[in-house]
Parts: sequence; C-alpha cells; structure tokens
Amino acid sequence: MTSCPKRIVHYMHEYLDGDIQEEAKKELKDHIETCKNCRQHFAELKKTIALVQSASHIAAPAGFTGRVMALLPREGKKVGIERWFKNHPFLTAAALFLLLMSGGFASFFSQEDNQFAFTKNSALKVENETVIVPAGTVVEEDIVVKNGDIRIEGSVDGNVTVINGDRFMASAGNVTGDIEEIDALFGRIWYEIKMVFQ
Amino acid sequence: MDLIVQRRIKQVVKGDQNAFGEIVELYKDKVYQICFRMLWDRHEAEDAAQETFLKAFLNIHTYNQNKKFSTWLYRIATNLCIDKIRKKKPDYHLDAEIAGTEGLNMYSHLASGDQLPEDEVESLELQASIHKAILLLPEKYRSVVVLKYIEELPLQEIADILELPLGTVKTRVHRGREALRKHLRHL
Repeated sequence: MTSCPKRIVHYMHEYLDGDIQEEAKKELKDHIETCKNCRQHFAELKKTIALVQSASHIAAPAGFTGRVMALLPREGKKVGIERWFKNHPFLTAAALFLLLMSGGFASFFSQEDNQFAFTKNSALKVENETVIVPAGTVVEEDIVVKNGDIRIEGSVDGNVTVINGDRFMASAGNVTGDIEEIDALFGRIWYEIKMVFQ
Repeated sequence: MDLIVQRRIKQVVKGDQNAFGEIVELYKDKVYQICFRMLWDRHEAEDAAQETFLKAFLNIHTYNQNKKFSTWLYRIATNLCIDKIRKKKPDYHLDAEIAGTEGLNMYSHLASGDQLPEDEVESLELQASIHKAILLLPEKYRSVVVLKYIEELPLQEIADILELPLGTVKTRVHRGREALRKHLRHL
C-alpha cells in the first residue's frame, strides 16, 4: 500500500461522505480493482461503518421526563393561572359572565371588540390586517397595532406596541424604542364567552 | 413538527413548564442516546441528559428561534458530555471487573438494561466491541462519529452543532473512521 498515492484513501472518505467528484470516483474505482490492499482498506472502512451503525438504538429510561420536570424551578403563579383559564374555558366563561353581569361592563366590551386598529401615519401601509413599515422609510412616532400584525421593513423612531397580533422584523428593520407584544388573554376569554352563547 | 416545537418554545419562554414537558418527550430519546454513546454509562448518561434539558430550560432565552431547535439542544448535550469526559478521563475496559464487585464486568453492566430484548443478547459481545472502539476515540472524534453514524445527522448539521467549520468536521469524520477501522477490522 506504500506505493499507492495518498489521495486514494482521501477519495475513499470523500466517497463515504457522498461528496466525491466524478473523476475521482472513477480513479478510485479503477485503482481498487487493481490494488488488493486498497480494496481491503475500503472494505474495512465500509464494514466499520456498518458495525457502528448496527449499534442498537436505545431509548431514554422510563420516568425520564418526570425526573426532568422535578428538576425545574417552580413556575410562576401567573403561568399557572393562565393555563387554568385555557384548560377550563367554560368555568372561565361562567365566572366572567357573572362578573360582567354585576359590573355592567358589557357595553364597554362590545365596543372594544376585535377591531383591527392602528396608529394613523401616512408612511404606514396596510395589507390584510398587517401594518407595514415600508423599507427605506422612517416613522417618527410611537406605533400601536391592535388585533393585527406589524411588519417592520424600515425604521421606527419610537415604541412599537402590538396587541393581540404578531410582530415581524425584516433584517433591515429597526426600532429605536421598546417593542411590546400583548397577547390579550382577556380577548381570548371574551371570544370564548361569545362562542358559548351563540 | 417544527411548527409545534416553535409554538411550545414560545410558551416555554413565557415560563410554561407543561409546554417544556412536551419538548422533553419529543427529544429525550435522541438526547439520551447522544449522552449514552458518548459516556457509555446508563447513570451518567441519564444525568447528562437531565442536565441538558435543565440547561435548555434555564437558557431558553438564548435560543435563536430562527434556527433549528435540535441543533441548539444537541450542542448543549455534546458540550456537556465532552466536559464530563475531560473532567474524569475514565479507563473503561469492558472485561475489567467493576471495583467492589465479583464477576461483574462491563458486559453485565450492559446486559442489566431492560432495553435489550432476549435475541439481542447474543450480539452483545459484538455491541460491546463496537462501543469499546467508539470509546477509544478521543472526544473530538467521538462526538462527530456519534452524531454522524448513530444520530445519522448530515455533516452540515454536525458542523452547526459543534460550531466548527465543515472542513474540520469532515477531517474528524475521516480520522475517526480510520481509527475505528483499526479496532474493528478483525471482527
């Protein structure tokens, strides 16, 4: 094998990685047909891979997830309450209904509904409930978007608040102030109440 | 699946542990397997896998959601395992008796797992030889071999996980393969 060019072994590995040039592949093939040592070397490499791949796959031990969960720090109260609301929509709805009945908030809410609203500014474009800050423009005021998304391709010189929607930043996008997303839990609860009474 | 994972991660970022439980369920086998193949010890592997998930949970804010989650998670796992290997350079010999036990060697340690069905016990010796060969690799070759041939990840993804240039990963795979060949050619 000492007489064989070093590149032959290199080609073998390239071949095994699946990124070999056509010419190299041909040279490797021709060489292997004539050289016994290299043929054996190549066969051993292939066998090695097969052996390593035959190592039986193993699964995590039983109860693994539970033990990981026990390691985590205690979760905040807020999240627990939020999840309880999500898991018990009917109870939430009933409780809220009572609250609304006694408080007389109903009219307040029906006006505040799920309307798409945003800060009026001539530089902003709107497309299917998505407010767009076009590339190359600079908006010099705070922007509030309600029940819709915002896509920032240009720059905003101020704060951006998104209520009940998502914010998409283009890589060129830029906001100098704070960015806030409010995923209104209240909005979701309200929606669920309406579904119950429909 | 990626969409579900991304949604769960958003919930985890907000502090929802139940969502994290689902993430653990999805990735526990893969992570445990990486750890086991790197460390070759069920208890150490479980410790490392648990630590991986704990670390992931505590540092979820540093995960870039535009990138693949598994890449980030596997990076934590491999780094942890490499750290553990470096901390205590163990001298594993499958035939060597475990200290303080009589007639209990690494083969019986392997067999103690309930994951292996009866008919696989016969190939246990072969499995042990393969694993021994993997363990003889220095950790930098071991991690690429485990990721490439046991997790069956593409080379580019391995490069992302280990934060190495693709060329370096290729070289390590080549050297790892040659080293393995020397140990396994006679099987």
